[in-house]
Amino acid sequence: MILRLILLLGCLLTSMASLAGSKIIATGGASTIEGSAGGGIVPWAVINGYGSSGEWAATAFATQVGVDDFTLNVLGASISYDNNWEWSLARQTFKLDNLGGELRQDIFGLKYHIAGELLYTALPQFSLGLQYKKHRDFALPSAVGARDDTGLDLYLAASKMLFDQVAGRNVLLNATLRATKANQTGLLGFGNADNNDYQLVFEGSAVLLLNYNLALGVEFKQKPNQLAFANEQHWRDIFAAWFINKQLSLVAGYADLGSIAGFNSQQGYYVSIEGAW
Amino acid sequence: MQLTTLFATALFFLALLSGCSQRPESSLYQQLGGEDGIASITDGLLREIEQDQRIVHHFADTDIERFRKLLAEQLCELSGGPCRYSGGTMQQSHTGFNISLADYDALVDGLIKVMQQQKISISAQNQLLALLAPMYKDISYR
Ligand code: HEM
Repeated sequence: MILRLILLLGCLLTSMASLAGSKIIATGGASTIEGSAGGGIVPWAVINGYGSSGEWAATAFATQVGVDDFTLNVLGASISYDNNWEWSLARQTFKLDNLGGELRQDIFGLKYHIAGELLYTALPQFSLGLQYKKHRDFALPSAVGARDDTGLDLYLAASKMLFDQVAGRNVLLNATLRATKANQTGLLGFGNADNNDYQLVFEGSAVLLLNYNLALGVEFKQKPNQLAFANEQHWRDIFAAWFINKQLSLVAGYADLGSIAGFNSQQGYYVSIEGAW
Repeated sequence: MQLTTLFATALFFLALLSGCSQRPESSLYQQLGGEDGIASITDGLLREIEQDQRIVHHFADTDIERFRKLLAEQLCELSGGPCRYSGGTMQQSHTGFNISLADYDALVDGLIKVMQQQKISISAQNQLLALLAPMYKDISYR
């Protein structure tokens, strides 16, 4: 499936002339596992793709995260307009490698850039986002205590590119505040029997741009811990991103997802490919 | 936790590396190649603008010789060279053109292309971009 998508992306890329927008390379970020522009697990204030003011852009991506006892596959796409609006869709399939079976979730994302310009203003770029999540295999999350099969995450993200910071290289910093009811980002449903309140969590990324095409990043994602049956922990990852050109980028990383559904210390690889037009 | 340590270590080595390979003591002006370097950057940028359908229309009525001279002066002064910029303020000079974010991105993209072609170090490029980026508020949407 992933392979087929990669081939399809490849064909599209070679057949399409350069329609890329005007934004500077890498400033559209990558696609997160939730489909919003960002790093790997943290949505940023940047808008997906290379559409600058008055321009449209589209992206499509495939991501796989393989940790000790689980494999997450994500396929998604987004369109954006005016470097202000981003609409995204992501379909997640979380394979329970040891237990058997899978958990699927769809995520519809909307992001609106409210202030600042990543590169050009002292004020960081700010965006407001929402992610509507719909679980498609709710029997298991329900059995372990989740209340709802749908949830709405709201977030405020701030991103800033700082020029000439480390060895003359630019650094991109991002901080995101998210209100969520999700258990394991929604893969284990939303809320629990006793508690249906929003939890406020912090997410952050720091990225060092070695040059225009290569970047190294680190991310942290705070998570609530609401299901009694098993502990949930914060996530982190490190990654290298290669923006080959404005049409194609690759990300490879190492993720630490902590404890998931009673399986401790879930660590492993992160790979992602994104095409942009 | 391990990951953060790893990243911190990588940063540390990069910082160390840059320390050893001595960050040039020379001014940005020298790193850009002095008078000749800035003349080639200016000419390169003018060529990029000329070929860029997205922004070339803004320059339809511009006295290009004057623009070239002033842009070179400004880059020279900004980068610490021995020049005095004799043109108008950025705000005055760009009023009436309604220069958009996309226009700004296009021009910066062109400048980056030229600096890459002229093998300006990534550090010098970033230093120059750091000086030009904040002019956005004076130049755009006026
Ligand atoms: C990156 C930052 C920029 C710098 C440092 C810069 C610098 C300059 C300078 C020094 C002048 C001459 C001022 C004078 O005539 O007294 C000028 C004029 C001009 N600039 Fe910019 N500029 C920038 C961005 C832009 C952008 C993004 C555009 C549009 C795409 C633009 C369009 C123009 C035009 C059309 C003129 C000529 C105005 C006229 O004919 O009177 N500039 N600029």
